[in-house]
Order: sequence, then structure tokens, then C-alpha cells
Amino acid sequence: MIICHPISFISRKEKKVDLNPLFKPETLAVIGVSMSNERHPANVIYYKNHFRQPVKVFPINDRGGMLQGENVYANVLEIRQPIDLAVIATRAEAVPKILSDCIQAEVKGAVIVSGGFAERGRGDLQDRIVAIAKEANFPFIGPNCLGIYSPPYVDTFFIPSERVVRPQKGRVALISQSGGILVDHMIKLAGEGVGISKTVSIGNKALIRERELLNYFIADPETLVIAFYIEGFGENEGREFVLRAENSGKPVIVLKAGKTSSGVRAVSSHTASIAGDYEVFSSVLAQHGVVEAKDEFELISFCEALCCYQKPIDGRIGIITGSGGHGALAVDACISHGLSVPTLTEEAQKEMREKISPRIKEIASFNNPIDLTGSAMDDDFVEAATFLSRKKEVDCLLILLLPYVPGITSDLGARLSRIYRQEGKPMIAYVPHVERYLMFIEGFQLNEIPVAHSIEEAVHMAEALRRHQPC
Amino acid sequence: MLTKEMEEILSASREIGWVLEPQAKRLFSLGGLDVPRFAWAVTLDEALRFAKEIHYPVVGKVVSPLVVHKSDQNGVEVGIDNDHQLKETFDRFSRIEGFRGMLVEEMVSGVELIVGAKMDLQFGPVVLFGMGGKWVEIYRDVVLRMAPLRQQDIDSMMRCLRARPLLEGYRGTTPINKNELSRLLMTFSGLVMDLEKVIESIDLNPVLCTSTRCVIADARIMLKH
Repeated sequence: MIICHPISFISRKEKKVDLNPLFKPETLAVIGVSMSNERHPANVIYYKNHFRQPVKVFPINDRGGMLQGENVYANVLEIRQPIDLAVIATRAEAVPKILSDCIQAEVKGAVIVSGGFAERGRGDLQDRIVAIAKEANFPFIGPNCLGIYSPPYVDTFFIPSERVVRPQKGRVALISQSGGILVDHMIKLAGEGVGISKTVSIGNKALIRERELLNYFIADPETLVIAFYIEGFGENEGREFVLRAENSGKPVIVLKAGKTSSGVRAVSSHTASIAGDYEVFSSVLAQHGVVEAKDEFELISFCEALCCYQKPIDGRIGIITGSGGHGALAVDACISHGLSVPTLTEEAQKEMREKISPRIKEIASFNNPIDLTGSAMDDDFVEAATFLSRKKEVDCLLILLLPYVPGITSDLGARLSRIYRQEGKPMIAYVPHVERYLMFIEGFQLNEIPVAHSIEEAVHMAEALRRHQPC
Repeated sequence: MLTKEMEEILSASREIGWVLEPQAKRLFSLGGLDVPRFAWAVTLDEALRFAKEIHYPVVGKVVSPLVVHKSDQNGVEVGIDNDHQLKETFDRFSRIEGFRGMLVEEMVSGVELIVGAKMDLQFGPVVLFGMGGKWVEIYRDVVLRMAPLRQQDIDSMMRCLRARPLLEGYRGTTPINKNELSRLLMTFSGLVMDLEKVIESIDLNPVLCTSTRCVIADARIMLKH
């Protein structure tokens, strides 16, 4: 049985490490600001926090001096205030000493942005900083990372503010081994209107790894969905990770890179030859209800869907459409993804027919998919959605909304979302994503109904809801 | 918990790096799994005597620490019907490199399944289950789960197989005994957890399942270096 430590790891001193000061610091020391190069990562971090975040920031350079009228400290020990977080962006060789200073100054944690450690063959230097930190129970993120973006508290990304597209504050925590992938996904989430609670780039993950952050975000009340970009786990770490995720009560999504094995596999046994690293990874995640996203598009749409609905479904889909062709394609996609599209009883179909507007009674079809035709009005969609929401045969609705159907208005998203709030049956919409239809899309998104770019994506979203449970 | 005899089998096998089939079968039989009646005959006389005891037809397999994949080296003979054939097979096997005798065992038939295990770096012990036989790598109809297996894992493993209808009876065949299969997987998973520190991988391939029993027809345990 594996014992998972809540919120934090426990070091030799058996004292719990608190990660909160890293994510919600009131004071921040930026170590390694350049006196001459304004584009130095430390300077970017200093300015963006100084001007744009509520955290109080102290610049540090070992020569001291003045930076744009602000006093630069020569050492973190000189600051006469308790420091919550230190960002270290110096040469790698200088980091061990700086880390010791931070510990002596009782700083509560650090982000080590500097590269030049294990990724450049300096495993020894990395081992040294890990030993120093462990000895003192001192948490740090990195090295070789962007660190933490935790709105509205702090932002350690050394990317100039004007170059970043920030998602609004929301409920997805995103953790990534790669800084570039992290920023990219933040941009894409922003594009879909999916908000972020916190994001972390963990770089070489020398000390704080996926497991510690999983624990932190499980306990974090601001976070509903936890998404990871992972290249690989350390020895046995995957085991702890899935067991913890399974019992967390929060959806955990993982995008794995390095699916293809470049090495030669052992052929000594059939099992070893078939059960490659990725095959095991993917199967074990599914076994424990961790939702694997196969690519970046899935990661974004799964975040969007699971942010709206955390309760898993069996995958019995009810489809409401304004076009027969869309309905047929959706059925195909559902079946190929292992979802079912149950037929409705004659009685139920008759009941449905009674509820819709007279002008489509004779042309609409009421089996699943319910095809309301191009003559449908908002009211018909609302009636059909209410009706299916109350039918036990289906446990998730797919609304294929075609904004060019003349009787439909951009109010529909808001109206349908009210049905979800009343009836509690998850709903996923498909609306073609072009600027002209933005009003329709936002009608859903602003009311927390996920909207897909394609029928296939809508079905993927439903699949994510189904996969968020042990298989 | 490993018994003393299991420990002895494992330590005796350490040098060659894997457990010879008769010893692997003995180990699994000690662990509570069903294996065919078998004998490890070092001489032809022993082979003849055992064949007479369990009645023809029998299966003969070469026992050699140098032969991991027996069929690749023509080291398996199925359906040996009489003393003459048995002698011929024995003579042929005795010319195979590293010959240490012949495994003589009862013929068993059934749906060919594979049950395996491997130590995964990231997840520790994992169990594999699927359609077995020689072509397992070609068809790849297998399911993987992290051990120890829970009953829900075993249920989903059987459910997720593409060839599931073959387990449930297809075109007039009788369904296999799911309780026996489930018991085998559960017991095997327990054994894998006990063997975690010493094994690299295990193949039970094929496991032959019928409406009454699930028998391990071949077993191989690869040990950690």
C-alpha cells in the first residue's frame, strides 16, 4: 500500500513543507537582476511583478546599486522583511550559495529559473541544490523552468507581459515539464475562454515533482481540474500518482510526450515485448480514471469539458440537431468512441412531438438524434433539451447548433445552460467557430457550457467525461 | 507469501537468469494455480514410465537453460501417441544445446490466452491479459493493468478484450469458465506482488481455458539481472 502525503512531501525532519507561499507570496525577491541588460530574465520578472502584481518585490544583484530609482540589494539577507518567495535567475554555479542564503534568511520557497543543471550534464550541481534544500526542508520549483503563474498573486515567467496571452482566472491548474508547452496551452485555453487557477512549469523537477503538485492542487480550493504535460515519471512515481489521482475527487488530465520508444525492446518475453512503456502508461492511467489526452487539442477540449462537469457519465448520448447530416455524423463518432446513442421509445417520441412548435411537428424526427430541422426555433431546442434531460435513457446531451438556421438566436446558449442548472444533465454544444458566430459561442461559454469546434471534438468531450472514472 | 520451496526454485534459477519450465510450473502450482500433470524426465526410461502413467497422447518439451523459446528451436512436440514417437522425440531433444531432460505432460486444450507480468519502471508490477499463443505479438489483443488487481480490474480486463466473444462462447463453442479465469488472474496478481523484487517479466502463454478449468500450459519467469 502506498502512502501519499497530503499537500506536501515530508523530509527527514518530518516537518511539512507548505507550498502556499510559492503560489500566494506577499513578498518576492528576484535574485540576479542585471544592472545593464533590461531583457535579462530576472529583470523581466522583476518589472512585471513590480508593476503588475500586488506582491512586494525586491531586486537583488550581488553588486548592489540602483535600478530605475529602486534600491538593489546585494544579498537576500540584507532585506529587512520576511520574504515568501525567491526567484533565482543567475548562473547555475552561483545557485547553491544563493539557496543557502535564502534558507538562512528564512525565505519560504524558491523558483530556480536558471538552466545549466542536469539538462546540461551537470547532475552533480543539481544534486547539490537538492541536498541543500532537503536538509532545510526548503521547497523549490525547477531548475531550468519558467516557474509559477498564479493570478492575481505572482508571475515568475520571464516573458514580457505584452507578449503573453493570459487566460482569465478560472479553475484549471496546468502543470508542465516544458515551459514552452505551458505558455502555448495558456494561449489556447484563453482562446477557448477556459480559465486558469494556477500554472507551473517544473523544468528539471529536481525536488518538487508532479506528485507534490498533484497533492497541492487536490487540496487547492481554487482548482477543479488538474492538467499535466508529462514526459515521463521517475521510478515508481507513476504508481503513486495514479493512486492519488484516482481518489482525489477532481478530474486529472494527462498529455504524455514520448509515446514512441526509440530504444530496442527486450524480446525475452512476450509480455515485455508487448507491454512497452507507453502502452503501460496509457492503460494504467485509464485503469485509475486519469483522463489521457492524446494530443494538445484533446488537452484543451478536455479541460473545457471537465471544468464544467466533474461527475463522470456512462456515455449514453442524446443528440439534438438542426440538421440530419450532423446528427448522423455525431452518431458515427459516438459509436466509434465507445459511446452509445440509445433509441427512444415510441411513447417518448410521441410525448416529444407534442411539445414542439406546430410547424416542425410533421418534418422533425424524434428518435435519437432528435432532428429539429432547419425550421426549428429556440423554443424547440429548449423543449427538446428539457425533455432529454429528464429521460433516464441518456446521461449527456450533445447540442449541434447551426447558427445559420433562421429561427435560432444567440440567446439559446444562455437558455440551454439554465436547463443544465435545473436538471443537472451535462450538455455539450457544437457551434462552427467563425467570428460571425461568436455571439452564439459565447452564449454557451459564458454560461459554462463547453463548446466544440467540430462534431468530433464534441464527442471527444463527452468521452472525456466518461473516461474520468476507473476503467 | 512465498513458500520455502518457491524461494529455493528462485535461488537455484538465479544463475541462468530465468526459471526453467518444469520449475516455473511447480512454482505456480505451489501458488495455487492449475498446471497440467507433468514430469521432468532426465532419462528416456523416466519419460516412458511417466507417459504410461498419464496415458498417451502427451506433450514433450525440451528442458535446456540455453533454450528460452522452445518452439523456435523445434523443442516442442504435441500429440506424442506411443513409445516409439516418444523415443524419437527424446533422441531429437537430447541433441539440442544444453539439454537437461524432457518435460512430459498431459495434453490439454482450450481457448489460448496469455497472462503475463512485467516490472515497469514508472508503475512497478503490471499484469497483462489477452489472446495468447504464438501470434500474440501479431494480434496484440491484450489488456494491461497495474497490479495488484482489484476485482473491478479483472472484470474490465475481460470486458475490454476484442476477442471477448471467444470467452463467452462463439458460434456454438462453450463459454470458458469465467470464475476460474478470474481466480487465476487474482491469484497470479498476488504472486506477482510477492515476486516483485526478483522478477523482470513472466509469461504464462498459453493458458488454456475451457468450461471447467484454466490451465497454465507454458510458463516462463525471467529474473532480474
